[in-house]
Amino acid sequence: MKTKKIDNLKKLEQVSQEIREEIIRMLLEAKSGHCAGPLGAVEQYVALYFGGILKYNSQNPDWPERDRVIVSNGHYAPLLYAILAHAGYLPLEELKTLRKLGSRLQGHPHRLSLPGIETSSGPVGEGLSQAVGMALGLKMAGLKSQVYCLMGDGEHDCGNTWEAVMLAGKHQLDNLTVIIDRNNIQIDGFTEKVMPLEPLKEKYEAFNWKVLEVDGHNLEELIRALDKTKSIFVKPVAIIANTIPGKGVDFMEWEYQWHGKVPDSKEAEEALRQLRTMKGKIQSELD
Amino acid sequence: MLNPELKLNLEIFSSKVKQKSSRDGFGEGLVLAGELNKNVVALCADVAESIRMNLFKDRFPKRFIEMGIAEQNMIGVASGLAATGKIPVMGAYAVFSPGRNWEQIRTTICFNQQKVVIVGSHTGLNVGPDGATHQALEDIALTRVLPYLAVVVPVDAIEARKAIIKAIEYPTSVYLRLAREKSPILTSEETPFEIGKSQVLWLPEKEENFSGITIFACGYLVYQALEAAKDLNKEKIDIAVINNSAIKPLDKELILAWAKKSKTIITLEEHQIAGGMGSTIAEFLSENYPIPVHFMGINDTFGESGEAGELIQKYRLSKEAIKEKVKELLK
Repeated sequence: MKTKKIDNLKKLEQVSQEIREEIIRMLLEAKSGHCAGPLGAVEQYVALYFGGILKYNSQNPDWPERDRVIVSNGHYAPLLYAILAHAGYLPLEELKTLRKLGSRLQGHPHRLSLPGIETSSGPVGEGLSQAVGMALGLKMAGLKSQVYCLMGDGEHDCGNTWEAVMLAGKHQLDNLTVIIDRNNIQIDGFTEKVMPLEPLKEKYEAFNWKVLEVDGHNLEELIRALDKTKSIFVKPVAIIANTIPGKGVDFMEWEYQWHGKVPDSKEAEEALRQLRTMKGKIQSELD
Repeated sequence: MLNPELKLNLEIFSSKVKQKSSRDGFGEGLVLAGELNKNVVALCADVAESIRMNLFKDRFPKRFIEMGIAEQNMIGVASGLAATGKIPVMGAYAVFSPGRNWEQIRTTICFNQQKVVIVGSHTGLNVGPDGATHQALEDIALTRVLPYLAVVVPVDAIEARKAIIKAIEYPTSVYLRLAREKSPILTSEETPFEIGKSQVLWLPEKEENFSGITIFACGYLVYQALEAAKDLNKEKIDIAVINNSAIKPLDKELILAWAKKSKTIITLEEHQIAGGMGSTIAEFLSENYPIPVHFMGINDTFGESGEAGELIQKYRLSKEAIKEKVKELLK
């Protein structure tokens, strides 16, 4: 099989770094929100939106042939908003309005507030159901669009998630791709302590899914996996992206307390300093 | 007397009156709706035959999605289908939908403004022998608090057939409350029906000088109220009976007009008094025309096993209980 040529990896790494800085600035300004998850999942979103995978048109957000992105874990909103800004759905300077009265950037994504948001989310565990519904609807309509559902690992505690996994397997939805941000943390602690999820890969496989596992900070691996899911498999695909929560800021990494916490101005300063000098911390294998 | 303008079934009070459940009418209407609009799809949580969605399934197999016993997933999937231009109609027992999956309805349907029709069957005590776990007595309260969701309780099988077709055309999502048990057909094909419009089925003899009691009822119990009205009429007690199928939006004009004509109001429903149809009327009238409202419904308790008729009697919702209540209020 021909492997996809990825020629803009350097650029994508640069974008990933900018987005991390934007997340810190947004959360500092907002004074509330979620830190660790969004910082850890940046590469998944960058690979999808800017790695030549996703079909979208920010000038025509309702284009029927577009691919659909469902952000099931709505608390990743700061990451989503920064990505949408880079994709041209909103001006970059609007990011600082996050969580403010009258802002289009609601605390959790609201479909009717901002173009580029396919569904309102926040309560976890129900995004995959909507993605399955969209995948079924697109098939009925004869459209070739792909549905991408971006999920957290913690929401695999929810029964609703597994109901959706089961239905997708039943219908062999090959137009559905899930990316699971496997960062091993949730509000009350590490996932394996709160509610053991392993063996996650085998669980999905048992429900008739194809599962790929990647280093969630390696853009090249992510892009190649996403490229594969479009064409090869005749079943839904889950990409388990192993990530480090809080990636890029040492005092946030692996600290589950940063799930739902934001930095104060001192912490933000330190975080930005680290992110600006993180060269070498997140790098492709091409170097 | 029966309202002549509504072209009601003239055999209402005959012993040979045709009986049919609202779930039966819904099943027939869904097939018609499917023929009228090719975007209509049906989702069912393992109760297709029981809520008569098998008719749609047989007619349009490719537009029917069997969800299994997974009501939470059913809502999310319907939201996703709606996002691609389909109009999903979801069926389950009401205790499970909108009971078990209320938050999914709130977030993925209502907050998200995705247009669907939620059909909750097996509501009220008339579910009968299955007992309390299967008798939904809270679904009106659960649904009417949600923005972007209309709430309709069809009075009989014919109205249920019309209601599903209107619900699909309606600009927001709709919750349709159905009954398991057969009940007399009260309306006819010619009886008008609109979501948001209620109707006076029984008019007082002297409407001009009326200052009596008006009963607002919905669903399965409307027939009990009509029987009570007929009996009371023989005793020279003049009342009005309204089929208040429009829970949300309320038919405010009609409610206000009849409140102004009435000495007092009785509300009658197979639902908890808290948050039910009667509450909606009381909320509206307390602000716009405060008059006494007396609630007949389920008073902070669960149901139990028994035949529908026995339960209606035990929980004091039968025509006898209605007559007693009217007389007590006239004292």
